[in-house]
Amino acid sequence: MNKCVERLYNGIIKENPTLILTLGMCPTLAVTTSAINGIGMGLSSTVVLVMSNLLISLLRKVIPDGVRMPAFIVIVASFVTMVQFLMQGYLPDLYESLGIYIPLIVVNCIILGRAESYASKNSAILSIFDGLGMGLGFTAALTVLGFLRELIGGGTILSTGASSLVDLTEFGYTPASIFILAPGAFFVLGILIAVMNKVKKAHGMKPAEVPDYIGDEEEKEK
Amino acid sequence: MNLLIIGIAAALVNNVVLSQFLGLCPFLGVSKKINTAAGMGGAVIGVITVASAICSLIYDFILTPFELTYLNTIVFIVVIASLVQFVEMFLKKCMPPLYEALGVYLPLITTNCAVLGVALTNVQNSYNFIEAVVCGLGTAIGFMIAIVILAGIRERIEDNDVPESFKGMPIVLLTAGLMSIAFFGFSGIL
Repeated sequence: MNKCVERLYNGIIKENPTLILTLGMCPTLAVTTSAINGIGMGLSSTVVLVMSNLLISLLRKVIPDGVRMPAFIVIVASFVTMVQFLMQGYLPDLYESLGIYIPLIVVNCIILGRAESYASKNSAILSIFDGLGMGLGFTAALTVLGFLRELIGGGTILSTGASSLVDLTEFGYTPASIFILAPGAFFVLGILIAVMNKVKKAHGMKPAEVPDYIGDEEEKEK
Repeated sequence: MNLLIIGIAAALVNNVVLSQFLGLCPFLGVSKKINTAAGMGGAVIGVITVASAICSLIYDFILTPFELTYLNTIVFIVVIASLVQFVEMFLKKCMPPLYEALGVYLPLITTNCAVLGVALTNVQNSYNFIEAVVCGLGTAIGFMIAIVILAGIRERIEDNDVPESFKGMPIVLLTAGLMSIAFFGFSGIL
């Protein structure tokens, strides 16, 4: 049981996929125009992550090593299609606002990354908790990002389009709409990671990683 | 004229990275040097153009007649993954110099969401075959422009004195944000 809790802690805090590993950037930046969108995207990715981790872990001894990547992709794509149908049926508004980014969960590197590095090597129960931890960490980062962008760029808190919990524009706040637009996503995430770096430095931890795919391969060749 | 508008819109106005946030992983991960960024851009241009052509054909002639359009995500990702594998084998066999130049980038493209993103956008906008190819090409050129510019800026940043907490990822994201503002300027041309 301890190991399960450790997996959750690892996903949400220690190896937070968005803020520490900087994986899965496309949905992170694209859909976080409001906190609700962030939560919706985070939770649907979590469902896919947990289900695909479970299935891949169960099938890990059956799938031949040579074709494991295509097999993983097909499994993930099937779950994404199911989630897409469920959202279309039960949450049509959210489905509209997330749009093309729902099918694109397939190519979210967090999901394939966990399948490859964790679920294909560990037992089913641990893989479920790993998926849950990573998914909730992703959801938390997306929610914070969406909350901040919505607050600065729209002046609302937890707006669902028609109504919102708090509307600062009623108190004379002029929204800086650039934060809802594309550049704002880069700015808010950049500053959020910088703040995390500062906090982590104070606790003696390593700063956020900069992905450098080609550089890594060159070093391995040497 | 219509085709020109689709192409320019895909390359500059709705730039794939800076306004649609597709293909961010290679955009951030392969933009340390201008050479590698240009190589990645070249490989992406080839793969996206061919992938949008094949996906468009499959959608029109296989998925639509058999009423299987709801399977498009699964079918497209399998097509893209096998296409990348096939291109890699083809280049290795027939054009070794090109393979030497682009080989390392090809496996990374499978998980580049821009490729799947373009294929799905083409379907959503119900583009015909030629429009789909033009949209794919335009998108890929937009990707190349953005990644080469970012690599150029990052080479300069190396020599600058960046605040401690902003080193690495944050400064790259802020740079991309400023580029994104600059690309807003294009929205007036259509």
